[in-house]
Amino acid sequence: MSEEKVQDEVKTAVEVLALQEKFGEQVLSVSQSVDCPVVTVERDAIVDVCHFLKNDHGYDQMIDLCGVDMSEHPSQAEGDSRFLVVYNLLSVERNSRIRLKVGVNDRELVDSTVEVWPTSNWFEREAFDMYGIIFKNHPDLRRILTDYGFEGFPLRKDFPLTGRVEMFFDEAQWRCVYRPNKVENRVLIPKAWPGVDRG
Amino acid sequence: MAEIKNYTLNFGPQHPSAHGVLRLVLELDGEVVERAESHIGLLHRGTEKLFEYKTYQQNIPYFDRFDYVSMMANEHAYALAVEKLLEMEVPERAQYIRVMYAELTRILNHCLWLGAAALDIGAMTVFLYCFREREDIFDYYEEVSGARMHAAYFRPGGVSKDLPEGLLEKIKGFTERFPGYVDEYETLLTENRIWKQRTVDIGTVDKEAALAWGFTGPMIRGSGVAWDLRKTQPYDAYDKIDFDIPVGATGDSYDRYLVRVEEMRQSNRIISQCVEWLENNPGPIKVDDNKLTSPSREAMKSDMESLIHHFKFFSEGYHVPEGEVYAAVEHPKGEFGVYLMSDGSNKPYRMKVRASGFAHLQALDYMCRGHMIADVVTILGTQDIVFGEVDR
Repeated sequence: MSEEKVQDEVKTAVEVLALQEKFGEQVLSVSQSVDCPVVTVERDAIVDVCHFLKNDHGYDQMIDLCGVDMSEHPSQAEGDSRFLVVYNLLSVERNSRIRLKVGVNDRELVDSTVEVWPTSNWFEREAFDMYGIIFKNHPDLRRILTDYGFEGFPLRKDFPLTGRVEMFFDEAQWRCVYRPNKVENRVLIPKAWPGVDRG
Repeated sequence: MAEIKNYTLNFGPQHPSAHGVLRLVLELDGEVVERAESHIGLLHRGTEKLFEYKTYQQNIPYFDRFDYVSMMANEHAYALAVEKLLEMEVPERAQYIRVMYAELTRILNHCLWLGAAALDIGAMTVFLYCFREREDIFDYYEEVSGARMHAAYFRPGGVSKDLPEGLLEKIKGFTERFPGYVDEYETLLTENRIWKQRTVDIGTVDKEAALAWGFTGPMIRGSGVAWDLRKTQPYDAYDKIDFDIPVGATGDSYDRYLVRVEEMRQSNRIISQCVEWLENNPGPIKVDDNKLTSPSREAMKSDMESLIHHFKFFSEGYHVPEGEVYAAVEHPKGEFGVYLMSDGSNKPYRMKVRASGFAHLQALDYMCRGHMIADVVTILGTQDIVFGEVDR
């Protein structure tokens, strides 16, 4: 807890100011989350921003990269990108973290950061697998976690929780086959917001 | 000259050294590995999708099932993430209990790792020794949570129950015995000629490569980087506890082994400090706010308000304010992080689990190139891969 307070006092970190100075308009927004600064950047600038943070500010580790489907988020406004790619970076040398965000729509490309950190490879493959976010210049953009020949992007909000297919063993063909899913999507506890009277 | 072609070998998913369900396609030139391509996802259960349909309380048990050999360490990251968003201050006793159990979990994990890695390499006996100690720790898990493995004990706001009577004496006894047990493992392995031949200079990773490939935990410490979240970004009671971080020198498999063995001793030190503190400091073990933690059984029997709180807590759950947070713990395998995005409702909007094994396994290709096929098993063993967390 004390750590957070310290970070609260330092309102804008050095690297955030440097980013704003260097990239100007391409830094779309800057905010302070409870744990670290969050910087949203222009889609085209992401690789340059990553190189800059790695080389000039010691962010030598790409800790986590993930996609987020913002289509059902209450803060989502008309014209906002459907997906976010979120990069959590860590500097071992300076012991600090920063979070980068990039907005992207279906059928738009994000530049791959594999050239900055080789570890981005699988993380980007996972984001592609789960959300269908396509990374440009990625050396090997294939599905990673889902089954061979899987269809659809399971973490998108419009993908049903129970999936679209069920797997069966077909005696006649002597192999596993997919059939359309008959399982109903059950939600036991509805999603609720504070102060909303549900009668 | 005869035409020589590379040979492709399919390793796993049913191979006992594949640590579960790794399918590895090895491209071999004779016995030398040219390329190792991992196919993962055979244990993918779509947990991140399930999170979005479950309340914060219901999500806790899923965390036990990520890295299923260090259950409470996973819960710890989740509890911290939710607490950060809710801006909760956890009672000190709960912090010490968590630290104690996180370290017991580290021993639990390293015991399995040591046993399994030694078994992979061909040392059968170590496995039996290690599993003896694991059984003790499972008993402590069971006493405190009722489950030997999937405890669901760390909750946002504290822990689910206080320690039962007599448990601290048992854990104290364990901490007194345990250094002797580690000596036994070391007698079997540290100066063992075969063990050294199989691990020294195998899978060497230098500092730069370790950082670039996103290594964390014992993997990066084996490569000589003194990076430990318990020291550098302390959470819970770690900043009040005295312990050292072991660091390797060369970054080979043998160094990673030494780092993990020393970590077991350090964990033991932490546990004994926690036991001492916990013996002298009774107190609350969760946040005193029945909107966020469940009321006690006794209160429910007589107090109408507690009964209502209980019902609301376990049905609708609690609401986490809109925002996002990344919380990480020093998991026995590396940095285990939870990126949580909340939309203000009673369910997470998006929760991404950052598993250290995912990054480590990715570097397998880099580490294996140019090594013999038998070394693949050594490298995989010292990476400490568990597929529950890699595939999620």
